[in-house]
Amino acid sequence: MMRYKPWRMALQVENDAALVQGLKGGEEWAFEALVRAFGARLLATARRLVGNEEDARDVVQSAYLSAFRAIGQFEGSAQLSTWLHRIVVNTALMRLRSRRRKPEESIEALLPAFQADGHYVEWFSSWDVPADRLLERKETRRAVRVAIEQLPETYRTVLVLRDIEELSTQEAAEVLDITPSAVKVRLHRARQALLTLLRPHFQRSATR
Amino acid sequence: MTCRELADFIADYLAGTLPADTRAQFERHMGVCSNCVTYLEGYRTTVELGRRAFDDPDAPVPETVPEELVKAILASRR
Repeated sequence: MMRYKPWRMALQVENDAALVQGLKGGEEWAFEALVRAFGARLLATARRLVGNEEDARDVVQSAYLSAFRAIGQFEGSAQLSTWLHRIVVNTALMRLRSRRRKPEESIEALLPAFQADGHYVEWFSSWDVPADRLLERKETRRAVRVAIEQLPETYRTVLVLRDIEELSTQEAAEVLDITPSAVKVRLHRARQALLTLLRPHFQRSATR
Repeated sequence: MTCRELADFIADYLAGTLPADTRAQFERHMGVCSNCVTYLEGYRTTVELGRRAFDDPDAPVPETVPEELVKAILASRR
């Protein structure tokens, strides 16, 4: 199955340097090229983080404006795509913080339970279908996306940044303003919770 | 090492970042505990599913940015 990572694709215009020069010179074609080259992929990143189309579009628009204003400080050593991706992630995280109104649900109920002697309470059954085969099905991918959406926001955000947007532990810690060890703990719990949510789907798939 | 202790090390185990002695204890436990083996397999599969849930094999060419968003972004710059 083909994979692509939004911010790591080669730019569709001649090269980064020509585009950056155009942007720094305030040339209209360059701004439009920047939006067309990366907009769809950045929008996908924003959707994964904020969860709805309207907020995602606002995030992308606001991120592009920040990028246009900051282009003077852009250093040629960085990749435009990586730089833009980081701006979108930061803008999306700010959006999540500003709309957070109620205390977050606990993740505890989705984590595995243990007996006093340290054994799992539950006896797990094996999944016979490998990830590759499961992922061929549209409905599987949809079920996984729905399950990710169900994770408490703090954990979902870390899972999306680390496993899907492929930020390093250090990069995720920086954008979230938490320690690298907190990133690792949250990522592990997020994956465990996702596993709990997905297990019924896998078992059903395995018996088909 | 108990199952509970082992569970805390799964992410580091898969990332290959466990110290050698902890890794040895981890693998010793796995050798005698089929429930932990099954849990680890589920965890590994879950990570893979999460990573690729947003891929679309039917659309290898990525979608284009919505035209109204392009216009809105360019208009707001002026």
